[in-house]
Amino acid sequence: MTDMYTQLVSRGPGRDIARKLGLPQPVVLRRYLPDQPLITGPVLVQGAGSGADELAATLLSWNLDVRRHAVPKEKLGAIILVLDELGRPEDLARPVLTAATSLRDLAPNSRVITVSRTAADTADPAVAAARQGVDGLLRSLAKELRAGATGNGILLAGGVRTTSPSTLGALRFFLSGRSAFVDGQFLTVSSAEGQLPAHAGKPLAGKVAVVTGAARGIGAAIARTLYRDGATLVVVDIPAAGDHLAAVANEVRGTALQLDISRTDAGQRIIDHAVERHGRLDIVIHNAGITRDKLLANMDEGRWNSVIAVNIAAQLRINEALLASGHFRSSPRIVSVASTSGIAGNRGQTNYAASKGGVMGMVRATAPLIGTHGGSINAVAPGFIETEMTAKIPFAVREVARRLNSLQQGGQPGDVAEAIAFLASDAAGGISGEVLRVCGQNLVGA
Amino acid sequence: MSVNGQSAPGPKDSTPTATPAAAPASPHGPAAPAAAPAAGPVGGRAAAPASAQLRKAVIVGGNRIPFARTGGAYTKSSNQDMLTAALDGLIARFGLQDERIGEVGAGAVLKHSRDFNLTREAVLGSALSAETPAYDLQQACATGLETVLGLANKIKLGQIDSAIAGGVDSASDAPIAVSEGLREVLLDLNRAKSLPQRLRVLSRLRPKDLAPDAPNTGEPRTGLSMGEHQALTTAQWKITREAQDELAFNSHRNLAAAYDAGFFDDLLTPYRGLTRDSNLRADTSLEKLATLKPVFGKNLGSAATMTAGNSTPLTDGASTVLLASEEWADAHDLPKLATVVDGEAAAVDFVHGKDGLLMAPAFAVPRLLARNGLSLDDIDFFEIHEAFAGTVLSTLAAWEDEDFGRTRLGLDGAFGSIDRSKLNVNGSSLAAGHPFAATGGRIVASLAKMLHSRGRVDGRPARGLISICAAGGQGVVAILEAH
Repeated sequence: MTDMYTQLVSRGPGRDIARKLGLPQPVVLRRYLPDQPLITGPVLVQGAGSGADELAATLLSWNLDVRRHAVPKEKLGAIILVLDELGRPEDLARPVLTAATSLRDLAPNSRVITVSRTAADTADPAVAAARQGVDGLLRSLAKELRAGATGNGILLAGGVRTTSPSTLGALRFFLSGRSAFVDGQFLTVSSAEGQLPAHAGKPLAGKVAVVTGAARGIGAAIARTLYRDGATLVVVDIPAAGDHLAAVANEVRGTALQLDISRTDAGQRIIDHAVERHGRLDIVIHNAGITRDKLLANMDEGRWNSVIAVNIAAQLRINEALLASGHFRSSPRIVSVASTSGIAGNRGQTNYAASKGGVMGMVRATAPLIGTHGGSINAVAPGFIETEMTAKIPFAVREVARRLNSLQQGGQPGDVAEAIAFLASDAAGGISGEVLRVCGQNLVGA
Repeated sequence: MSVNGQSAPGPKDSTPTATPAAAPASPHGPAAPAAAPAAGPVGGRAAAPASAQLRKAVIVGGNRIPFARTGGAYTKSSNQDMLTAALDGLIARFGLQDERIGEVGAGAVLKHSRDFNLTREAVLGSALSAETPAYDLQQACATGLETVLGLANKIKLGQIDSAIAGGVDSASDAPIAVSEGLREVLLDLNRAKSLPQRLRVLSRLRPKDLAPDAPNTGEPRTGLSMGEHQALTTAQWKITREAQDELAFNSHRNLAAAYDAGFFDDLLTPYRGLTRDSNLRADTSLEKLATLKPVFGKNLGSAATMTAGNSTPLTDGASTVLLASEEWADAHDLPKLATVVDGEAAAVDFVHGKDGLLMAPAFAVPRLLARNGLSLDDIDFFEIHEAFAGTVLSTLAAWEDEDFGRTRLGLDGAFGSIDRSKLNVNGSSLAAGHPFAATGGRIVASLAKMLHSRGRVDGRPARGLISICAAGGQGVVAILEAH
């Protein structure tokens, strides 16, 4: 549920008082519901090149209300800024300043999405400068947007076209309510791999997915979201969490596997269970994780080692088994849950941040390995998410933590799950080795 | 009955005929039952039906909740709560959501009158299809095993393709009845038509009628508790305190080791904060057990050997077992751990002191093994329910006793002895506890898993024997084989 403060200031007198006092004004975010339009309101596609034209034509074919030129005073659902042909920093001015005149026309919960090319792909300093400029531009713009509107970017590597399957997949993700709590972030599309789903409402139909740590919180939300998207679920958690796990399994019509993932044979047992009970294995979501917080000066071996063992060593070992298995060869997907703690650091979480940093390193290095089987691996780094765990944070600290992002509220477990479900889908096949933050553009850290 | 032609390794000349209507064939030879060998209870009865058309009943797996000592974690849980939880864990383990199971059979020994349809109500509260039929069964502590045997037989006969057997008991949430006096007054009051009539009925009420009638483990016909009965049997068979304590110690040690090895990871689902059986004392020792004072048979003086340590405490819990035909298990991509080969019930005349209250398995097992052409040496795992350590040891002592073998079993001598290293290898009721009707399901699921991992022994499927004693001088025993 949206927190009480957000509900209070979203409407009526509460909104007016908050505005007058200069208090944060979070809004109730637009979240994905099956069978609802991708986005409401016209979509303005800015950009002059052929990449922009092709993209606009594709959006038209999705029956979106596409504009190539802004109509004054018309409320917009989204602005897509296609910047795939930048040659030097000066090239930014025209499209960016044109788009700027439309920013005030953005409807609540609307989207600004840039489509540009990765700076690392070029040796030309001027091209690199222009491309890298998009990074700073977008992140700043995202911080200026209000009322649940978000700004995110798609980076095309190499010769990837603006209409490649995963570019379109990412675009759909960013336009939709699935990305409600993703703000100020970039996703790199590194290849023309991937495939848009036959049925947009069931992008995971026919897939068998394993979710670890699924008994509660974010893990349970992931299981529910993958189930909603059509997957057959194997939910995994430690035997001691078996009662909650059983409830989740019965809710998502899957099977429960009580297993400590830090066991050396965990990978094989996961594969065996999926294949024996469901005939195949397509998706593995490494969600299980623990925290054992302590300032490093007070850290003991038990706290340090258990966090490393569960949060990263177990994932590495399971991935080894997956990559070696003949049953994980048909466009396999791995998505790991990292954390913004692993990016920005967090006082008292040296062990946890080390493990989550490790997850991101692992994902980057595993991408080429799983790529040989036509697969992908990515990570999602949640920021402040409203869970049973964060509900235990003292009130004042929690209240500050949940406001310190561009959307001025905590995310929902489902927001993390939506990002994971997208990265696990066929549409994300051209995206690998990436870390996607689901943090509402946390103002602290990277 | 020997109801599985493939699994019952009887003599070849008992090959069943194709039509069920054909004359019964004895596994002991072509002779008709009337011509069976002289007399003894073992040799005296035997008539397996033609069984060529019977199919196998396999055990897919099981699920139970941890067993809790009475007054502990499940104090506020009803039988229906616990049975539903055990069912839901089983459904989650095997993906049976919305599945219409052929039949669910379960029961409880201590049962509220409102729980007349306990199993069906638990099914309706579970994730199973609401179109799954269910029935209640009660055979005291043998309830759980009897549901397994009955449902397995239905599967073998082709009446159903899948089944869930189970049992539950709560000694914490036990029913308390009003006294007979109050009950009669209340019923008469209901029938009274006028105020004077009602007042007349009420005037019969006496203060003592207001005392509730709580359930107890006393035998209705002797007034002795089960423990007092066993104390007599334990003394009769001269079972020492040391032997009983050692059995209890082994039960705790074996159960703790099984938990540590992850044996119960796919047999158990936590409930109400409990992840292990709360009666388990992993750190117990023979020395600690030796310090406990006798609680049963205290009037026997120095022969009093039964303590709280070597007797099973009152416990709350529930268990379930998923049974299926091979075809159903295959069609649902489910494992086939073991087959239910055969079962046997027996009862003894404990009222007149002919045998001890809990000695019926001592007769049931020899009959069952004989019918299947087996001896104790052919068994790889013995699961003998530990109502009391003295029960297990008295049964083993009887089997080792020449006189008992000759006079009571009708054999040439002693029935035999067992290799103790094959006995209750992952612990039993002394450590796990014993929620009466739930014990059968606990043992069947655990044994099926053990048999499956053992696989084959000397070129034949690994074989396990279950023996459960029950109130009223009854006992039910069964043979399982690795699939």
